[in-house]
Amino acid sequence: MKLRSLIPGLALVLLVIVGALTSFFWTPFDVTRLAIADKLQTPSGLHWLGTDHFGRDMLSMLMVGARTSIAVALVAVGIGIGLGVPLGLAAAARQGSLVDECIMRGNDLVFAFPALLIAIMITAIFGPGAVNAIIAIGIFNVPVFARLVRGAALSLWTREFVLAARVAGKGALRISVEHILPNLGNLLVVQATIQFSLGILAEAGLSFVGLGTQPPIPSWGRMLAESQTLISLAPHVAIFPGLAIVASVLGLNLLGDALRDWLDPRLRHAR
Amino acid sequence: MIAYLVRRLAVLLATLVVASLVIFATIEIVPGDPASFMLGLNAEPATVAALRQELGLERSGLARYFDWVGGMVRGDFGISYTYRTPINTMVAERIMVSLPLALYALLLAVLIAFPAGLIAASRRGGVADTSVMGFTQIGVAVPNFWFAMLLVLLFAIKLRWMPSGGFAGWDTGPWPAIKSLTLPAVALALPQAAILARVLRSSLLDVLGEDYIRTARAKGLSPRRTLWRHALRNAMIPVLTIIGLQFSFLLAGAIIIENVFYLPGLGRLVFQSIASRDLVVVESVVMLLVCSVVIVTFLVDLAYVWVDPRLRR
Repeated sequence: MKLRSLIPGLALVLLVIVGALTSFFWTPFDVTRLAIADKLQTPSGLHWLGTDHFGRDMLSMLMVGARTSIAVALVAVGIGIGLGVPLGLAAAARQGSLVDECIMRGNDLVFAFPALLIAIMITAIFGPGAVNAIIAIGIFNVPVFARLVRGAALSLWTREFVLAARVAGKGALRISVEHILPNLGNLLVVQATIQFSLGILAEAGLSFVGLGTQPPIPSWGRMLAESQTLISLAPHVAIFPGLAIVASVLGLNLLGDALRDWLDPRLRHAR
Repeated sequence: MIAYLVRRLAVLLATLVVASLVIFATIEIVPGDPASFMLGLNAEPATVAALRQELGLERSGLARYFDWVGGMVRGDFGISYTYRTPINTMVAERIMVSLPLALYALLLAVLIAFPAGLIAASRRGGVADTSVMGFTQIGVAVPNFWFAMLLVLLFAIKLRWMPSGGFAGWDTGPWPAIKSLTLPAVALALPQAAILARVLRSSLLDVLGEDYIRTARAKGLSPRRTLWRHALRNAMIPVLTIIGLQFSFLLAGAIIIENVFYLPGLGRLVFQSIASRDLVVVESVVMLLVCSVVIVTFLVDLAYVWVDPRLRR
């Protein structure tokens, strides 16, 4: 598996990350500055992606919006890993026990809830905003990582090096941390990129219905919502935020697929 | 098989009970008083107290929970705070939009995904395979609400072939209603078709590598007959599982599309009820949607075991 299979996904992801990081120091225009006289301008030499209904530069809005999407999705993945990985390791270490059953039934319960509907319910009831959106999205990442880690850890528990560690007197916790977890790194990296892309879509969806990041912080989803009534007058205000979301999610999915192939030891000899 | 069925039923019931507790508890801790919200800021305390009494809000949480569950088991979902209408009636009206929409979207997804997956698997590594995989990658990455907006721009505003929103109603005849649901169904179908095509391709490739396929080809069967007569049937098992799960997602997950197209479905009902603090409706409809997901998952599991006898052990 050649390194260049990573390039398309990595290029798209880096484009979005660089845009987001650059926005901390510089954007072409100030996103908090309204200029109604310049509203709904098409792309030009001055405003590369045009302006929105308040005269704000679209490129600047997309760069700052990238921060929001990345931050929400990243923290939500962090919640999934932070809670899901220990749960999965505990379930695998105590396979067949009450602990394992409780964790797996808890996972099944979370999976039974329609994720988007529950995320909307949580953010609507507890208040719209980035923090509640992170929690709502993060909750559904926990069983994904727990199930993944449990499945992979169960097969590792039968390996000789783990048996040797047990014979040496190490407890389940020490074995899980010192021996099982390091062997799950590749799996976690790949799944994290997939959940990251789903998190970006979820954040955009919540912002679209007004329950995600709130004004004045720009958000791709809310840019789309605001463009809904303007789409026939100025299609660019709807097209560019959508393309930004597609580019981010596509880049992450391509990167995840390429990483899965790159990190698979069975394919490594084929390089 | 019987033991498996009993075990799965027990898990299903336990899941529903715990889900009902979680939903009820979530609604219970919502800040604010529904009666005060309904009557407004300037309402007299005595009036608020009387309304609370009428709505049963003075009773303990446990009593209200058992009343609610008991009512749902009997098919009585209660009365909406806002509309003063039986929730059954509201759900029945809304499901006549959400259910056809989910079925329509699923049908479109299957019609798109099957030829795509078949072509990709039968021409593995070729231009057709690469193109199909490329389109599925894009299909999964496109937010369905953005795609819906682009569909409205093209088909409703520019070409004027389809309505841009609203629901004509079934009493005006099936065709106006189906026309109202077409653009929403296409928007919902795209990512599902992308996922389904990938699953079908992957499943077919696994099956096409089996010994019995090699035997069929060695016997002289053409690649097409081998694919249709032997490979496809065996590749369908995981695909049917995904289709079942997608149906429950489409029923419960169309809330944003219903908002884009102003469709009076279940998702939009939940959304409007949350905004108006009509918590009885929120509780009942969310529980109904969770029940549908759990039951469909249960049926898919049963179908899986029934189709593949190896899983019964």
